[in-house]
Amino acid sequence: MSQRCRLAWALLAAGVLLGLAGLASGSDGWSWPAWGGGEDGLILSQIRAPRTLGAWLVGALLGLSGAIAQGLFRNPLADPYLLGSASGASLAVVAVLAASALGGGAVAWSAADGLARLGLVGAAFVGALGGVLLTLVLARGARETSRLLLAGVVVGVVLTALGDLLASAAPEALRGRQVFMLGTTSFLSWGSVGWLAAGLLAILPVAWWLARVLDALALGEDSALSLGLALPRWRLVLVAALALATGLAVSQAGLVAFVGLVSPHLVRRWAPAPHGYTVLASTAAGGALLLAADVLARSLIAPQELPVGVVTAVLGGGYLLWLLYRRRAG
Amino acid sequence: MTPPMVRWMSLGRPSGLCRFACAIRCVGLAWRSLMCAALLAALPASGWASDSIVLRDLRGHAQTFGASPQRIVSLVPALTESVCALDGCGRLVGTDRHSSWPASVLALPKLGGLDDAQIERIVALRPDVVLAAPAARVIGRLESLGIRVLVLESKTHADVQRSLQVLATLLGTPAAAEPLWAAIERDVDRAAARVPPALRGQRVYFEVDTTPYAAGEGSFIGETLARLGVANVVPAALGPFPKLNPEFIVRAQPDIVMAASAPLAEMGGRPGWDQLHALRDVRTCGFTPSRYELLVRPGPRMGEAALQIADCLVAMGRQP
Repeated sequence: MSQRCRLAWALLAAGVLLGLAGLASGSDGWSWPAWGGGEDGLILSQIRAPRTLGAWLVGALLGLSGAIAQGLFRNPLADPYLLGSASGASLAVVAVLAASALGGGAVAWSAADGLARLGLVGAAFVGALGGVLLTLVLARGARETSRLLLAGVVVGVVLTALGDLLASAAPEALRGRQVFMLGTTSFLSWGSVGWLAAGLLAILPVAWWLARVLDALALGEDSALSLGLALPRWRLVLVAALALATGLAVSQAGLVAFVGLVSPHLVRRWAPAPHGYTVLASTAAGGALLLAADVLARSLIAPQELPVGVVTAVLGGGYLLWLLYRRRAG
Repeated sequence: MTPPMVRWMSLGRPSGLCRFACAIRCVGLAWRSLMCAALLAALPASGWASDSIVLRDLRGHAQTFGASPQRIVSLVPALTESVCALDGCGRLVGTDRHSSWPASVLALPKLGGLDDAQIERIVALRPDVVLAAPAARVIGRLESLGIRVLVLESKTHADVQRSLQVLATLLGTPAAAEPLWAAIERDVDRAAARVPPALRGQRVYFEVDTTPYAAGEGSFIGETLARLGVANVVPAALGPFPKLNPEFIVRAQPDIVMAASAPLAEMGGRPGWDQLHALRDVRTCGFTPSRYELLVRPGPRMGEAALQIADCLVAMGRQP
């Protein structure tokens, strides 16, 4: 069996096993709640199942956008938040929180279907797309990679600063902002799962189909152009896919750290392959990673929870450090 | 990663997080582990001698004041309230941005919060002493500038009693603390007497933040609830303000849910929470922002807070 095949099976098995672990891990430690009616059935069907599935989907979308970002920029340090989507989303979230605090109301991440949650989710999604759009405008489209990257970094810094300014003017928004920055999977509902699944099903085929563009890009821009690819146009489509996937994930679960950065590395480390494979495997790896982090976050000190973003940062950061150490040793 | 909720309420860090945060951060940050250790130490509150005032704050630092301080800056809302309740309001020259009671402090210069206190303005106010909570980042900076900082904890009823005694001594009226504390106790007892017998022993879930953080038995809110004769779904073992798995609350099926009114309104929409009997039967206490603020301040208005909770329980007792 080839290395790629083995990795694919491993990721599939990890997804299934972690999914089962997600269903079995709850506020009373590890237990297998019974299906059917009653409290246990309710907890399984309304809380654990959507949360588990939602965490996998958010991780998958981040893994997918990480693979696209690293292929697009030919940079192993690129992550999905690079083009201003994270800062745009967090600015929008702070704006909504500050406005609602000033208006005397309050919105929160916890409401599943309420208007409040819709407001925050919508704002984060629009903000993420807005950040990327601003980057594209400043870079005058997606013609030059370096210009695009630079514009993304600048937009990120400026929008983050604006968010800070707004938060210091309206301290009531700080709590919600913190929750958003750390990422949270606590209140993922079937509604969230629906959005995430629809997004993944729409974006994944496009990304897979465009993987050949990423392959061509890997040879260098000149070679890609000489192959007859309409690079600017395809790059724009890839940026759009990246922005949509990131925006969806971020709007449902906040800025979960490191998943998008680490997943493609994980895949490339174990099975170097053309982008078609990397994109798919990175999606599965991202899902498995965030689901593992979610299970750890809720089981380590149950019934208390760790912020899931902290767990992914520790897991992902640890992996990156190990990678750097290995590379230097080698 | 300290949740801002904590800063805003001027409480300590939730214990689960504290364990985790200490494990990670205190390794490298010696002063922080000192703080963690200081939190655990039960310290004698104060002592005083003839003319000069000697105080021992949370860190065990003995502070000698030649005369009772006339210019005081408070960076903690609860301590602002305590100073004012001890008739020291006139000596306050500045507060943090959250201090809002009594109304007279709203006119004072606002000097930022625990993490972003404005050093320059504080120095310019020439305070004789600055009152701060243990987590404040400004402590070291202010002290290196020659400003005296009194670090006081406000986590439990006992902390409040101790802080009142220290502050009364600081203000030169050490005898004022005891009657004030007695009045708080009286109010709490009065509130407990009003709780309908049918509601005694009912299990309460008190939410302090939507993430969700709850007020456990170990928090001052939990202590107040215990004094009122109701039970808490969050045991003391989980720490004062644990961040909980939402499933825990659904499983615990509290008899009564208490929270600020806005989050209470959206609670039923959380996944699985529509099954909470307390929400379905509207056995809830939703507090308006100003009333909620009163509840989460561990200071001299704790008696008033207890009465307010009792009011809600009385109204609930009248429900068919």
